[in-house]
Amino acid sequence: MTARATLFASIRQSLGVTGDEPARCAAVADRLKQHPRGVIPARGQLPPQERVKLFAEMVEAAAGTAATLPSADDVPAAVAALLRRHNLPMQIRRGDDPRLAALPWGNERTLEVSAGASDGHQLVSVSHAFAGVAETGTLVMASGPDNPTTLNFLPDTHIVVVDAKDIAGDYETVWARVREIFGIEALPRAINMITGPSRSADIAQILILGAHGPRRLHVLIVGDAA
Amino acid sequence: MSIAHLTSPAFKENAKGALADAQLQSAMHGVETGVVDRRRATVAKLPEFEALRDSARDIKNHTLAHLDLYLEQFESRCIAAGGNVHYAVTADEARAKVLEICRKANAKLVTKGKSMIGEEIAINDFLEENGIAPVETDLGEYLVQIRHELPSHIIMPAVHLTQEQIEADFRRVHTHLPADRQLVEPQTLLTEARVILRDRFLAADVGITGANFLIAETGTSIIVTNEGNGDLTQTLPRVHIVLASIEKVVPTLEDVSQLLRVLARSATAQEMSVYTTFSTGPRRDGDPDGPNEYHVIILDNGRTAMLGGQLAEMLRCIRCGACMNHCPVYAAVGGHTYGWVYPGPMGAVLTPSIVGIENAGHLPNASTFCGRCEEVCPVRIPLPKLMRHWREREFERHLSPATVRTGLAAWGYLATRPRLYAVAMSLFVFALGLMGRLFGRFRWLPLAGSWTRHRDFPAPDVQTFQAQWKRRVRTR
Amino acid sequence: MNKETRVGLFVTCLVDLIRPAVGFAAVKLLEDAGCTVEVPVQTCCGQPAFNSGDRATTREIAEQVIAAFENYDYVVAPSGSCAGMLKTHYPELFAGDAAWAPRVETFCGKIHELVSFLVDVMKVSKVAAAFDGAVTYHDSCSGLRELGIKAQPRKLLASVQGLELKELYDSDVCCGFGGTFCVKYPDISNTIVSKKAEHIAASGAQTLLAGDLGCLMNMAGKLQRLGKKVSARHVAEVLAGMNEPAIGERSDARKSGHRFSVRRRETMT
Repeated sequence: MTARATLFASIRQSLGVTGDEPARCAAVADRLKQHPRGVIPARGQLPPQERVKLFAEMVEAAAGTAATLPSADDVPAAVAALLRRHNLPMQIRRGDDPRLAALPWGNERTLEVSAGASDGHQLVSVSHAFAGVAETGTLVMASGPDNPTTLNFLPDTHIVVVDAKDIAGDYETVWARVREIFGIEALPRAINMITGPSRSADIAQILILGAHGPRRLHVLIVGDAA
Repeated sequence: MSIAHLTSPAFKENAKGALADAQLQSAMHGVETGVVDRRRATVAKLPEFEALRDSARDIKNHTLAHLDLYLEQFESRCIAAGGNVHYAVTADEARAKVLEICRKANAKLVTKGKSMIGEEIAINDFLEENGIAPVETDLGEYLVQIRHELPSHIIMPAVHLTQEQIEADFRRVHTHLPADRQLVEPQTLLTEARVILRDRFLAADVGITGANFLIAETGTSIIVTNEGNGDLTQTLPRVHIVLASIEKVVPTLEDVSQLLRVLARSATAQEMSVYTTFSTGPRRDGDPDGPNEYHVIILDNGRTAMLGGQLAEMLRCIRCGACMNHCPVYAAVGGHTYGWVYPGPMGAVLTPSIVGIENAGHLPNASTFCGRCEEVCPVRIPLPKLMRHWREREFERHLSPATVRTGLAAWGYLATRPRLYAVAMSLFVFALGLMGRLFGRFRWLPLAGSWTRHRDFPAPDVQTFQAQWKRRVRTR
Repeated sequence: MNKETRVGLFVTCLVDLIRPAVGFAAVKLLEDAGCTVEVPVQTCCGQPAFNSGDRATTREIAEQVIAAFENYDYVVAPSGSCAGMLKTHYPELFAGDAAWAPRVETFCGKIHELVSFLVDVMKVSKVAAAFDGAVTYHDSCSGLRELGIKAQPRKLLASVQGLELKELYDSDVCCGFGGTFCVKYPDISNTIVSKKAEHIAASGAQTLLAGDLGCLMNMAGKLQRLGKKVSARHVAEVLAGMNEPAIGERSDARKSGHRFSVRRRETMT
C-alpha cells in the first residue's frame, strides 16, 4: 500500500467510517460551500471613516506608521518626504501595479523609481495593498507582477499604499472580495497579511524591530473611505 | 524505534540539573511573569475572546471528525494550483521524501522556517548526514541550532538562554567577525544574525517551512511569524517544502480566521502576528518571484491512532504555547527537562502518543493538575484529564514505580474499609500527635523524607476528627 | 425556618487526620447558618487513587461515599479539591453506567465546598467573628478552576471585624502541593512552594489563609522551614472565630470543650 492509502485507511479506521457515508460528505460539501463566518469582533464594525481611523491607530499600535493622503497624487511627495526624514537614498523599488505606475513620480525629480522584484539590494520598496483590516491594523497583499512578494520582505523600509475604501472592518470582508476578484480556484501564489514591521523577542525576550523583514513599515492611506 | 534526542526517561535527572541552573532560572523568571501578564492584557481588549475559543474548538472538532474528507479536498486543490502533495506515515518516510526532493533539486543549502514537525522527525541531523546543510532562520531556532540543542519552547525556542549566553555563542561561532567587536546591545546581536542569515536566505536551494494551518477549501498552507524569516525561506529558493501533520487541516478561509484570532493572542499576546502568509502552489506564469516547486508533506507519526479515541482532543492543539507559559512546573524546570520536542502540558500529552508512554512516563506525572493550562488553552483542550488518561494507561501496564503502587494499594485497601481505616488512623495520629506535642511540627519524619526534606510537617491532634466528633455527639 | 437543612459534612481525610479544628469550624459555620450537621463514617474522596490512574479503587471508594452521603440535602466539604473531585470527577467514574447514573447525578448536585455553600446557597453575607491583623489569601487551584471559588471567601473575610485582607501576588498560581506530586517530584514542588513562600512573606500579612488543608500544610511547612513569621490557618477557622494554634505551631494545654475562643462581635445580623 502507498503511504497515502495507508494513511487514509488509518484515519478511516480510527473514525469508524468508510469515507462514503452520504451524511459526512454532505456536511463537508456544505461547509465548503457556505463557508460560515463564525464570531466577528465588534471592534472593526464601524462606519467607514471611523474604520479608517481605527485602522491607522492599529497600524501604529503594531509599531508601524500611518498617514492619510487626500489623493493618490500625493503619494510620490509623501514617499520622498519619508526618505528625507530618515536620511535614506532617494531610490525606491515598486511592482508593476497600475495604480502605482500611474502616479506622478515625475513630480519628485530626485527620486529614482525602478520596477520589479527585490534581489536584496534595495533599501526601500513601495507596494499597493489589496486591502486593509481595521480590526488589527493588518494589510493584505496579493503576490504577482503587480506587487512582488520580495518587496514585502527584503528591503529595510516598506511603504504600502492602501485605498481608504479598501479598508474593511474584519478579515471576512476581505475573503469575500478575494473570492470575488480572484475566485477560490485561482488565488495568487501568496497572500501576505502584514501587521507592523518585522520583529523578534528571541534575545532574552527583548523586543527588537527588523529581525529579517523590514525594520520600518509606513502605510499611506489614500482617498475617501467607502 | 530509536528517537533522536529523546531524554524524557531522564526527566528527574534533567529537572535536578535545571533547578540548580542559575542562568536557566533567571531566564525562566521572565517567562512566568511577562508573558502571562501580557496575554491577560491583550485578551481583556477583545470581548469576543471566550466566544472565539468556543468557535475555534468546534471548528477543530468538526474537522477532525471529517479529517479524511477535508484532507482529500486539500490535496485536490493544492494539486490544481500546481503543488505536490506527499504522504508520510512515519518519520522515516517523511525524512526520505524531503531528501528525495532535495536531491532532485541538487540542493546543497537548505534554509528552514521554524517547524516543530521538522524537529519531530529530526530533519536537520538527517540532511547533514546526507551532505546537505540546513540553516535555521528563525532567530530562536538559530540560537539553539548553534548550540546543538532542541528548542525549549514551541514558540520561543531560545527562551532558556540569557543575553550573556547568546553573546558567548555568537563569539564562539561567528569567527569570521572581529573578536573585539562590541556585542552588548541586543540590537547589535540581532543585526549580526540578520546579516549572516540574509546571506543564507539568498543562497539557499530549498526552503523548508512548517505550516500553522492547511486550508482544505483552497489547498493553501499558512505560516505565522513575527520575523519574516518563514517568508524569505519559502519565497527565495527554487523549491519550497511544507512539513505538516494531518491535524493542521482547517476547512475554509473563514474558519482559519477564527483560529488566527485566538492564536497570536494566546501565543505572544499580540493582536495579530506580524506576518500571516497564505501560500497556494508555486509561482504562477508571470510572477516575478516565488518558488518553482511547492511540496506539502503530510505526516501521521502516531496521530491517526489518536483520532476517535480518548486522546483525540489533543489533536485540536494549534501550537500556541500558552499552556507552557502558564505552567508552574514548566516555569520551574524549563523545556529541556521534558526531554524531547514538545514540553510543558501539551508535551506531556502529545509526547507519549508519539514516542510511547514507556519512553515518556514522567511527563504526564510531573503535574499538579492546577488546571491553568486548560484555563488558557484557546481550543479548550482538557489537558489535566488527558494527562490523567496516560496515568491510567501506566497503571494498567504496571509502569509506575513499585513503591508508589504498593503505597497506593495499602491506602486503597484501608480507604474502602472504613472501620479498619478508623482503627489504623487512630493509631497513626495518636503516635504522631504525641510525638509532635513538643514543637507542634516535625522537621523530619520516617517514610516522609520527600516532604520533610524541604518543609516541616504539622503535628496532628492525638485523635482524629471523626473520633472527637463521636465523643462530642455522645456528650451533647 | 420551616424545613431543616440537613448537611452531611465531608470532612476530608487531611482534616480528619491532621487538623480536626477545621472540621469543627465547618460545623460551627454550618450550624450558625441554620443547618443540621451530621458526619457519617467516611474515609477519603478517592482523589489519590484517581490521580494515580487507579480507576478501580477510585470507583470502589466513590460508591461508598455516595451510599453514605446521598440522603442528605447537601454534602459540604471544607476543601475545593475534595469537593471538586466529588462534584466534577465522580460522574466520569460512572459514565455509561445506567444503574448508577441517576444516583450519581443527584449526589453531585448536592456537593458544595464550604465557603461557597455558605455564601451562594445559605446566603450568608457576614460572620460574627473578629480577627486582629492582616491576612493574605491563596486561591487553591481546584476550588478556583473547578468550582469558581474566588469572591466568596473574600466576601466573608470582609465581614470579619478587625481583619485586613492584603491580596497575595499570584494568589491564583499553584502552591506546588498537587497531592502526590509533592512527594513524587519533591524538588520541583519545593521550587514552586519556595516562590509562593516569598510572595506570602512579601504580602505584609501575618497570617496566610486558604480553603484547602493540603495547600496550607505545604505552604505552612515551607514558611516554617524558611523561618518566615507568617502563620497559616484554614479560612473556616477565622470565619468561625476559632483561636487554635496555627498550623504546625505548638498547642498549649487546653481544657476540653473550650475549643473556641471568645472572639465574637456583639451581634450577628
